[in-house]
Amino acid sequence: MQQFPCPFCGLRDETEFHFGAEAGKHRPEPAPDVSDADWADYLYGTDAPKGAAREVWVHLTCGEFFVMTRDTVTRAVLGADALPGRNI
Amino acid sequence: MSGWRHPTLGAVDRARPLAFDFDGQALSGFAGDTLASALLAGGPRILGRSFKYHRPRGLWGMGGEEPNAILDVTIDGQTTPNLRATTEGLRDGMALRSVNAAPDAARDRFGIMDIAHRFLPAGFYYKTFMALGWMRWEPMIRRMAGLGRLDGTHHPPAETPSINATCDVLVIGAGPAGLAAARAAATEGRSVWLVDEAVQPGGSLRWRGGDIDGAPWPDFVADTCAAVHSAGGRILTDTVLWGAFDHGLYAAWERRSDRPDRHWRLRAQDVVLAAGAIERPLWFANNDLPGVMSSEAALHYLHLYGGVAGRCIVLACANDAPYATAAALAQAGCQVTLVDARRDTPTAPDGVHLLRGARVDRAHGLREVGAVSVEGQYIDCDTVLVSGGFTPSVHLHCQAGGKLDFDPATDALIPRAGTASIRTAGAANGAFGLTTALAQGHVAGGGSGPAPRATTPDWTLSPMRPVPGTKGRVWIDPQNDVTLKDVRIAAQEGYRSVEHLKRYTTLGMATDQGRSANFAGLAAMAALTGQTIPETGTTTYRPPFTPVPLSVIGGMRRGEAFSPPKRLPLEGQHRAIGAQFREYGGWLRPAHYGSDEASAQQTEARIARQVAGLYDASPLGKIEVLGPDAAALLDFCGYVRMSTLKPGRARYGFMLSETGIVHDDGVVLRLAEDHFVVSASSSHVTSVRLILEEARQDTFNPASVFLHDVTAHWVTMTVSGPAARALIAGAGIDLPDLPHMGVSETTWQGHPMRVARISFTGDASWEMSVPARHGAALFATLDAARQTHGAVWIGLEALMLLRAEKGYILIGKDTDGITMPHDLGWGGPRDKRADEYFGRRSLFTPEARRPDRRQLVGLETTGTPLPTGAHVLAADGPRRSVGFVTSSYHSPTLGRPIALAMIEAGRDRIGQEVTVFHLGETVSARISAACAFDPEGERLNG
Repeated sequence: MQQFPCPFCGLRDETEFHFGAEAGKHRPEPAPDVSDADWADYLYGTDAPKGAAREVWVHLTCGEFFVMTRDTVTRAVLGADALPGRNI
Repeated sequence: MSGWRHPTLGAVDRARPLAFDFDGQALSGFAGDTLASALLAGGPRILGRSFKYHRPRGLWGMGGEEPNAILDVTIDGQTTPNLRATTEGLRDGMALRSVNAAPDAARDRFGIMDIAHRFLPAGFYYKTFMALGWMRWEPMIRRMAGLGRLDGTHHPPAETPSINATCDVLVIGAGPAGLAAARAAATEGRSVWLVDEAVQPGGSLRWRGGDIDGAPWPDFVADTCAAVHSAGGRILTDTVLWGAFDHGLYAAWERRSDRPDRHWRLRAQDVVLAAGAIERPLWFANNDLPGVMSSEAALHYLHLYGGVAGRCIVLACANDAPYATAAALAQAGCQVTLVDARRDTPTAPDGVHLLRGARVDRAHGLREVGAVSVEGQYIDCDTVLVSGGFTPSVHLHCQAGGKLDFDPATDALIPRAGTASIRTAGAANGAFGLTTALAQGHVAGGGSGPAPRATTPDWTLSPMRPVPGTKGRVWIDPQNDVTLKDVRIAAQEGYRSVEHLKRYTTLGMATDQGRSANFAGLAAMAALTGQTIPETGTTTYRPPFTPVPLSVIGGMRRGEAFSPPKRLPLEGQHRAIGAQFREYGGWLRPAHYGSDEASAQQTEARIARQVAGLYDASPLGKIEVLGPDAAALLDFCGYVRMSTLKPGRARYGFMLSETGIVHDDGVVLRLAEDHFVVSASSSHVTSVRLILEEARQDTFNPASVFLHDVTAHWVTMTVSGPAARALIAGAGIDLPDLPHMGVSETTWQGHPMRVARISFTGDASWEMSVPARHGAALFATLDAARQTHGAVWIGLEALMLLRAEKGYILIGKDTDGITMPHDLGWGGPRDKRADEYFGRRSLFTPEARRPDRRQLVGLETTGTPLPTGAHVLAADGPRRSVGFVTSSYHSPTLGRPIALAMIEAGRDRIGQEVTVFHLGETVSARISAACAFDPEGERLNG
């Protein structure tokens, strides 16, 4: 079992976390200006990088979302940051 | 039987004899024996039959590496299959049964398989039985192979707790290196967990002995244990560290004789692997005969249990380690011939006949060993001990991601330093001498100052390998019956990688994981293919290190505890009035009251319409949304706008996912301008909270809106039906004057009470919520009034019927993974809303605009209710499904079946006759509006 660092609570077991989304995606809006292709890419297109990946996770027990950088090959955690403006 | 019990040696309790039997033969041992030591000292030689050829097999080793002595063990009427005799303590009254043998190990009728061996090489089963269809042959082959028999009546109790623990230093193995590491770390003030498979710490010191720092070894063990304990550490014996996992998690199975076992999940800052090494066999013909045994194991049994392997012993080796064994056996009175392949050897121990520069070519004997040929010369013996070198136990280093290097000096693969977050010391690191092992342990434990010292000289060894072309049958992996010839066939057939060799020959795939076999297998492969050992490589090491019962890994998570349901605060009250409970969306809730489900559902639903029904709605979600941005957050996350809701009112709405699919439905109450309560459906509270929370933190100003899930804080009782208002008044509850979808915060008996006039039945309903601690009082008050008014408690089954009569949907039952709100008849916000909301863009894709999307409708029929899941067939054209029944009940109020269905362009087809198909039978039905009862909604005003 892996351990992830919650920026607010510290290291916790992976069962306390839930994957949110790939980080850095911008929601295209307003809806009438967004093409079908752009919307489909927003919904389903992921970079899924090999190596360092930035992802949004939520620590379920404290409810805080944060950005975690993980190496998708080695499973090493390279960093975890609160969402912008959410630092304690 | 050639083994015997030494009159004085060993630590068994001779005052406590224990009776047991093996394959029906009555035997005895002593308290403190393992099954293996008791069988060695006084049992038969043949302990089982081999997996494929049904060759007789006897004891080989002393621990988890044991390939042969696998037994089904019955004690207290319960049988546990496939236990290794070497790792189980003997208990009085045990019945042992050999595996792979019929009727027993001594007289196995499939022994004839061995005669046919030349026709059964590696790959035989793959090639032969695929041609005619494996399924035809499988039952027969399975009967002949497959080790122990499962006792279907034995259900081990779910009593092994899984416990998380942390320490500064985890030391795996309490032999010399592990003890030195533990002592060094504990002396530095670090908390140390020292884990060992054996029942006592000491490792090989226990049978090899020796002085450390000038004192007998038990002093060193005692010092170390004291140091560990005083630094806040812990010593776990009889504990298998069975796996290394991601991010430094280690799993350990602690066996305890008189109490439930424990399963530890350990994390340590530093880990020291000092798991020792396992002796290799030698590769002469018939090296699998009973009576051929590991030399180190023989020394182990002699000193720990007084079990002597034989009387007339040939000991074959090419290293110094077995000289201690030879000396001890000679001293015990055995006749010992030492056959050392080296010309340059230590001096022969007293009473030992030493042959230098000689090798055993072949073991002789039909059922057990009776002689060996050494360089063509025949030597009678009853026991052959062998030592082909040592294989470091590097499993956990490799499981932790570590790499290996080939070390020519020890002829072994040893951990490459720095490739895993784990340090290795002692024999596991190729340091076979006592002084070196102590020094390595001291360094690995972070010790300062001088390391503990011993005077025992270090060993030298000369590499021994299987020699391709050896005459006769040479076993590489005895447990899976893989011979040198099988490895040669694999090489001939073009397999080069050890991973392929392993899968083709099954080498190392048995329950011993090839502990004593893998190195020989890859060395033979290397020799046959002209590669070096590093080029040939090793197979992957995976957990578990030794077989671990699933009952240990599963622990207490079994039955109801596997996925514990949420429980109502008033479960006891409901049970007292006859509620039958069932799980609904993760909550254990009353399904119906009284024993007969079908009649209870009908009766409850009928009386709820005629008089009134009461139900416990506590699991209904209650997510408080507070703050100046609360309305904006709900507008963005919801499909129906809530900012236009007036305080004191409630509104039904949906929450979509960003793909436009309906995620949940429910009512939102507005208590004040900046205070809402989201009544998510009971099974979706967690996910709805997460959707709101993500938007709050990522899109909104988190300082301007707060979320608080208070679902469990409130008990909610709902009273519904024509007599509901009178019943509540009769209970002495002063109802505020509320319109339909009105909400009010009031008090009852001095406590806060929230009343919401919201209906899930279609009848006028009042939801009364009180803090959970006052729920019992509310229940009692309402139940007394219920009896006066002739109303009923209704379970979820009746509630499901009532809501289906009204066409009210249940997300996940009446909707699926492609249902959008306009499919349910809620196209308004999609058409009118101009602001952004979650999932908005997805409602306008070509798929979302298709005119033939499945839409929610009702189905009218006569006779019995339609089966849920039945398909609705197209009226014309090719026969195909245009939709399906999602909910179906008999309505006691309407006196006919009702059903909800999702049907392509269903709303345009209302009034059409359709055919409903289910399991080959068809009935006709008519498509109707989803609402079958009181379509004008007049009863809501009751």
